Amino acid sequence: MGSGGLVVMDEDTCMVDVARYFLHFTQEESCGKCAPCREGTMRMLQILEKICDGKGTPQDLDTLESLCRVVKTTSLCGLGQSAPNPVLATLRYFRSEYEAHIYDKKCHAGVCTELLDITINADKCKGCTVCVDVCPTGAIKGERKKPHVIDPAVCIKCQACMVKCKFGAISRG
Amino acid sequence: MSETNVMINGIKIGVPEGASILQAAEAAGIKIPTLCFHPDQEVKANCRICVVEVEGQKNLMPACATKITEGMVINTTASRVLEARRMILELILAHHPQDCLHCARGGSCELQQISSEYDVRFSRFPQENAELSLDHSSPSIVRDPNKCILCGRCIECCTETQTVSALGLAHRGFESQVVPSIGQDLFESPCVMCGQCIHACPVGAISVREQTDDLLDAITDPDKVVVTQIAPAVRLAIAEAFGAAGDQLLMGQLVSALKMLGFDHILHTNFTADLTIMEEAQELLERINHHGTLPMFTSCCPAWVRFAEVFYPSSLEHLSTCKSPQQMFGALVKTYWAQKAGIDPERIFSVSIMPCTAKKYEAVRPEMIDSQYADVDMVLTTHEIVRLLKMAGINPLNLPETEFDPWMSEYTGSAVLFGASGGVMEAALRTVCEKVTGKPLEKLDFVEVRGMKGIKEATVDMNGTIVKVAAAHTLSKARVLMEQAAAGTSPYHFIEIMACPGGCIGGGGQPLTLSNTQRARRMNDIYTEDRSRKLRKSHENHEIKLLYDDFLHEAPGHRAHELLHTKYSLKKKNP
Ligand code: SF4
Ligand code: SF4
Ligand code: SF4
Ligand code: SF4
Ligand code: SF4
Ligand code: SF4
Ligand code: FES
Repeated sequence: MGSGGLVVMDEDTCMVDVARYFLHFTQEESCGKCAPCREGTMRMLQILEKICDGKGTPQDLDTLESLCRVVKTTSLCGLGQSAPNPVLATLRYFRSEYEAHIYDKKCHAGVCTELLDITINADKCKGCTVCVDVCPTGAIKGERKKPHVIDPAVCIKCQACMVKCKFGAISRG
Repeated sequence: MSETNVMINGIKIGVPEGASILQAAEAAGIKIPTLCFHPDQEVKANCRICVVEVEGQKNLMPACATKITEGMVINTTASRVLEARRMILELILAHHPQDCLHCARGGSCELQQISSEYDVRFSRFPQENAELSLDHSSPSIVRDPNKCILCGRCIECCTETQTVSALGLAHRGFESQVVPSIGQDLFESPCVMCGQCIHACPVGAISVREQTDDLLDAITDPDKVVVTQIAPAVRLAIAEAFGAAGDQLLMGQLVSALKMLGFDHILHTNFTADLTIMEEAQELLERINHHGTLPMFTSCCPAWVRFAEVFYPSSLEHLSTCKSPQQMFGALVKTYWAQKAGIDPERIFSVSIMPCTAKKYEAVRPEMIDSQYADVDMVLTTHEIVRLLKMAGINPLNLPETEFDPWMSEYTGSAVLFGASGGVMEAALRTVCEKVTGKPLEKLDFVEVRGMKGIKEATVDMNGTIVKVAAAHTLSKARVLMEQAAAGTSPYHFIEIMACPGGCIGGGGQPLTLSNTQRARRMNDIYTEDRSRKLRKSHENHEIKLLYDDFLHEAPGHRAHELLHTKYSLKKKNP
């Protein structure tokens, strides 16, 4: 990922999240001496966070790419010059994942929680109320023996209900 | 020196070996924007706004920090160069108050200028301001850390040029800040209030503590008689601020302008500059003849006095006991002048117009009340006076001349010299030589102590009495001479110190911003004015003779000593 290290990933790895993780690290390491790295790494991180939160726009992608070019070619030392590499590499090989986050508001790896929808399939739900008991936010409502529903405004996508449901009625998408 | 050939934007040009891309571009007539670069400082290369494309280099190169090599091909207008500069500006501005209309530097700010040239009018990033509180602790300077772009120019100025090290960097990354090196604020730090960091700063993060509103209150108060003194280095800078050469503005035009602003009486600090020479010459001769502490250092620069108090508290007996011209003036205006003019000293509001931020601090030093009142009620910098004149729509260059008010405004060429480094020394030598030899000097110009060299020295033979003198400007040079004095190895008898590069013509209160080239030009204007004066020696000033005859010598006791001299205190911290 630009630092020479090898990172193992599978389909449960979100590439935008990976870039965000690396940027979080470099942004903390930036010494602050030169303007592009001091200001630029922070802004790259902010944009990646925004995309992971499902609030990214197509313009953000342009800005991010421009930021990468500028920070890489103008920073004073190797830290700033290599800071954009994780973004550049993931953009190059996994651009569709960025686009899915931005256009479809989906994280196919299911990592970016803000982009998940936890729903109860009414056909499968037996109304056993197990999920109601495990939900930490009280997002699930429903009468016993009748299909339950999740209030997406209250749900924090912790997926505890999904794990507990014996009937496989709860899914994420 | 041999030449190196480079190609910039398709133009072939030969430039001196060792030049930077920035210098080469300048020679080719191409402007490259800069923020952290300052012509009188080391290259810092931290803002990266000056990047250019160099053939064969993957990364863009900072023009200020990259030396040219034979055959180098440089492109300053490539689209990725412009993309980078605009992005960096946008990044800086998104972390900077959008405050130009209320900013001390609005109109003269380097960041504002470049942003407008690069047409950066919107930002793709959310605005993030740190909301740090302003530092109003100093009587001379205001710091707004929110506006700081971390270029490091103030730190270099304070640490290298002045060896005060009052400012330093704190925190890292996005949280980086310039902070006082010791203490909570600038007044608790060792800052000597020279104001040179104001000239170093490209933006509005450090500025003069302005008091123009208080002045306007005093002017409109019918009970107050506003009496002002103008310092030697002010006129040239005002002329420049109105787009003229220094010598184009006549003193009498400045008097007219100040009268229009509402000042009641206009007098001249030059008068007390001549007086300072009289007292200082006397003190020097006494020290030489009666084995007093030598070398004697001048004490007319308050930033230097504070520097000595903070860093050399056990060597203060080397400082002349003479007050600065500003404070001599202050002590006399509410005593001698009030008597002569028949004005109740209680009603006098004494304002001085100075090139200097440290004078604001000097005026509020607790011992400066020898007239039984605050000797100087307010100090305005040249910068503030220019602002007031512009606000009032007055261009002094267009005005007829008006005479100064009498008793404390006559001055000689010697007084004029106070504005330039080496000038006090030259003026003192003129008077000391004639006192010692009893004969008129053949050659008035002591060129050895003129110019921008850091430490200038001269040896003067006065009928067999050999006097060795030195004049230094900037506090790093002052430190060298004070170290010698403290160690007892100083070869000199008399040393002049000015904290600001070039002396007061380059003072921290002069309109922004100053490079050493401009300072050198102003120095020459000072020498020209000295040559143009009919009287060029302080002891020939008629009003000074009158002051001694009618006031200082007339009274029993030591009136001169009480009003014109002072003591310095061991001072680690500010009061
Ligand atoms: S690129 Fe290097 S010098 Fe510049 S801020 Fe980052 S770590 Fe510091
Ligand atoms: S995912 Fe967590 S918060 Fe959302 S409904 Fe299930 S248990 Fe409740
Ligand atoms: S420092 Fe410059 S850019 Fe910033 S607010 Fe002041 S004038 Fe504007
Ligand atoms: S005023 Fe002078 S001493 Fe004080 S911080 Fe600025 S440069 Fe340093
Ligand atoms: S205060 Fe001014 S000179 Fe100092 S680092 Fe900040 S912007 Fe630069
Ligand atoms: S050199 Fe002049 S302007 Fe500078 S601090 Fe000293 S007195 Fe003030
Ligand atoms: S001016 Fe060259 S890096 Fe700042």
